[in-house]
Amino acid sequence: MNMKLFGAAVFALATLLVNPTWAQETAEVDRSSTGGAQTLEDIMARQQQMKVDESFRSENLGNPDKAPAISEPLGTRGGVSDADTWRGIRYNDSDITTQARSPAADVLIQDGGMPWYKLREGPVLTYGGLALLGIIALLTVFYFVRGRIKIDGGPAGTTIERFKAIERFGHWLLAGSFIALGLTGLITLMGRSFLIPVMGPDAFATLAAGSKWLHNNVAWAFMLGLVMTFVMWVAHNIPNKLDWQWLKAGGGIFTKSHPPAKKFNAGQKIIFWTVMILGFSVSLSGLSLLFPFEMPMFAKTFGVMNSILGTDFPTVLAPHEEMQYANIWHSIVAFVMMVAIIAHIYIGSVGMEGAFDAMGNGQVDVEWARQHHDLWVAEVEAKQAKGEST
Amino acid sequence: MKVMILAFAAALVIAFLAPEILEQLGWSTAEQGSSATSVRLD
Repeated sequence: MNMKLFGAAVFALATLLVNPTWAQETAEVDRSSTGGAQTLEDIMARQQQMKVDESFRSENLGNPDKAPAISEPLGTRGGVSDADTWRGIRYNDSDITTQARSPAADVLIQDGGMPWYKLREGPVLTYGGLALLGIIALLTVFYFVRGRIKIDGGPAGTTIERFKAIERFGHWLLAGSFIALGLTGLITLMGRSFLIPVMGPDAFATLAAGSKWLHNNVAWAFMLGLVMTFVMWVAHNIPNKLDWQWLKAGGGIFTKSHPPAKKFNAGQKIIFWTVMILGFSVSLSGLSLLFPFEMPMFAKTFGVMNSILGTDFPTVLAPHEEMQYANIWHSIVAFVMMVAIIAHIYIGSVGMEGAFDAMGNGQVDVEWARQHHDLWVAEVEAKQAKGEST
Repeated sequence: MKVMILAFAAALVIAFLAPEILEQLGWSTAEQGSSATSVRLD
């Protein structure tokens, strides 16, 4: 058996060593038959996603020194052919004058469009969609394994104010707009693949236009909700030692214990900072998309990242590339947020008895509050006692 | 629940007002503008 394996390994090694494809990768491409233009070999390599050295055409933009005489066919062009001109346009080496006033109108050809489209329709859509289905499946399994987290000993029957009306307003402004943004964003991203085959292009066109309108305009409500909740809750979400204890106990989810917590436990703090940081990031990329070419931010961000992390991200980007990066980043961050928020919605509704009341009418059962936020209840009761005594 | 519905309604009101306010501020968004205003005829 070992001899067979050894033989197979030697055979594989020998095959790799003598395989002519190894030699082809390093060989210079002979373009003499096309007069220096690309060959079938170049096209095939590009189709196979191999990296092709494009300098043979990006640097071949005509040579005035070799200009034919003025009487010859190309003489009036100063030695530059139509192909040279188009290559110059493609590699941003032409002085473009256009009557279109819009930003980036002088970029006539941009190579990044197809890789962006493939990334958006491929991995972003696929893995993003799978992440959403995955978290829903995981929570369903969790529900059937763990069941609904109930109030030990049942509700006390008396309530305590958990969130004021302004806090709930800020939360629901953020939540309502986020759900609208999530759904309309998914329609925009996935509609071509999943909705057009079902409802047809005409009906989808109406839906897509409506989704775009809502997505672009309800974004302002999301940003307002984000600012409101940040201002109201940031002081309660500063991490402390108690959070580490809460995390070590897994929030008591599996042990059915109740680790001590103030107004927000470590799990809620994780959701808070996830929403704030990702919400800020998705808002920035959203603004960049909302005002095309007005807020380029990726070239500068890449520059900072390169200087800190030593990475090699491109720091010179065409205006359209900025938009493409903004679009991809917007989608990825939104998917991560959706995964986190689906888990948040679960634990705040069907996953835990009494949790929804906190944001429903602002009043929670005292027993629920003591079990999940004992130190906060003690603080509130101490304040009330102090108020009564004075 | 009243606050929740109020907040959802507020989100829609903001969505409807946003284009008008942006227009007043002179900020054009992706959905605005037409070829008549974006093309210069020399």
